Amino acid sequence: MLTLAIDTATPTLVVGVADDDRVLAEAGVPSGTRHAELLTPTVTAVLAEAGIALRDVGRLVVGLGPGPYTGLRVGIVTAAALGDVVGVPVHGVCSLDAVGTGARVVVTDARRKEVYWRAHDGGPLGEPAVGRPEELQLPDLPVVGDVRFADRLGREVTGAEVTTAGLLRAVPIGEPAPLTPLYLRRPDAVPNITRKAVSQ
Amino acid sequence: MLGFETSCDETGIGLVRGRTLLSDALATSMAEHERFGGVVPEIASRAHLEAMVPTVHRALADAGVALTDVDAVAVTSGPGLTGALLVGVAAAKAYALALGVPLYGVNHLAAHVAVDELEHGRLAEPSIAMLVSGGHSSILLVPDLAQDVQPLGQTIDDAAGEAFDKVARVLDLPFPGGPPIDREALAGDPRAIAFPRGLTGPRDAAYDFSFSGLKTAVARWVEAQQRDGVAVSVPDVAASFQEAVVDVLTAKAVRACRDHGVDHLVIGGGVAANSRLRAVAQERCDAAGIVLRVPSRRLCTDNGAMVAALGSRLVEAGVAPSSPDLGADSSLPITVVSA
Ligand SMILES: [Zn+2]
Repeated sequence: MLTLAIDTATPTLVVGVADDDRVLAEAGVPSGTRHAELLTPTVTAVLAEAGIALRDVGRLVVGLGPGPYTGLRVGIVTAAALGDVVGVPVHGVCSLDAVGTGARVVVTDARRKEVYWRAHDGGPLGEPAVGRPEELQLPDLPVVGDVRFADRLGREVTGAEVTTAGLLRAVPIGEPAPLTPLYLRRPDAVPNITRKAVSQ
Repeated sequence: MLGFETSCDETGIGLVRGRTLLSDALATSMAEHERFGGVVPEIASRAHLEAMVPTVHRALADAGVALTDVDAVAVTSGPGLTGALLVGVAAAKAYALALGVPLYGVNHLAAHVAVDELEHGRLAEPSIAMLVSGGHSSILLVPDLAQDVQPLGQTIDDAAGEAFDKVARVLDLPFPGGPPIDREALAGDPRAIAFPRGLTGPRDAAYDFSFSGLKTAVARWVEAQQRDGVAVSVPDVAASFQEAVVDVLTAKAVRACRDHGVDHLVIGGGVAANSRLRAVAQERCDAAGIVLRVPSRRLCTDNGAMVAALGSRLVEAGVAPSSPDLGADSSLPITVVSA
């Protein structure tokens, strides 16, 4: 079965197409905060490179984060809409599960001087979490992910990013669950100064 | 034309065929913002994501059409709350890509004007447009709605709807403040209190607005009454405040028509649902020989049909679709009708 995989939980947006577990084409675009601009053009490019039409895709896989919310929502709503038109299931996965392989602790940038992290050893150990690197009691496993946090974690970090293969491996067995983002933080309840944002 | 609107707290999905309204589905997160007295952007964005696909399907079902019947997609790409806009932009881009149809990123303010075409037919051009809502208060000259919209004036501080919200809070009325003030004012005397008319002096900018001083004057007046132990008549304060807003808005809109030799005025935005604004605008336009057009209340507030209506107009005018790397622009200028 052909799978289209999408992840926007990190500054690198990832789009891949796989035939069962064989990745046919994949792009990792360092798009920063421009996921909304670049995601659909990247989907078009990756499908073209794989020689696949969107309507031939049998399912989608999308990273539910954790990650910066605005970008995260771009990926999830895109996958939901594509799946809606093609009429195929969309599986949500934890984006941290799609970074690296084997026994490891995955850390990614949560902004506000914090990291998202999750430990894995033959499967996830506990829920994904967010916290200040200095205060975390990470399990004694190799740490992979965003190397910029090595100093503050006091641990060696091997650079790794979300991959298509990782997204495919992370798909839970069974029917897809609702695509609920892994926000991990409550919304900042600071109302916009105006009822509508526009100052015009 | 399938239209997406997510610039603030409303997830609006609309379908139009040409200038015919087919459906207009809406999900709102307003109740979740109420206790904060204003829209919380992150809460609005979360709600847009949850509501998106179900609201698209409600619009399709209401219109009795299938996704595969959609020929083009339009989406508000600005102005508005960035995080909220991006949910709609991403969704619209994905639907357009998967359906293999063109995508039009449109200006929210121009869409407020375009929606009137669904009820009253093709807009006379040029028209003067006044847009008044919780986030915008502006007067526009519209020589060509598809590609030439010129700003004449706008608020220099609060938006008109924002003033309603703040005065409602002073009077212990619910958020958003427009409907309860309109209701209270029906039983009040609009001449009971002489509240200031901002920016109406001979040397003031003819088409700009200022509502901040008015809002402060209302708060001070209410405080003074309470300090003196005088019972405040909520209907009188509501009616007098509303009259001050409506007086300024309609006077400036009519003046813009007269100064530019334009005899058509269209009013849009949430505040255009205000009954007193509609009545006074009608009176003054009749007296000045101006044809007034105001969409029905349902279409004055943010919705998806207005976006689809503008998209439809762009197709009719032969305007090119947006580029595949369309994003959102929270401060998209009104001169950019389509992004
Ligand atoms: Zn609006």
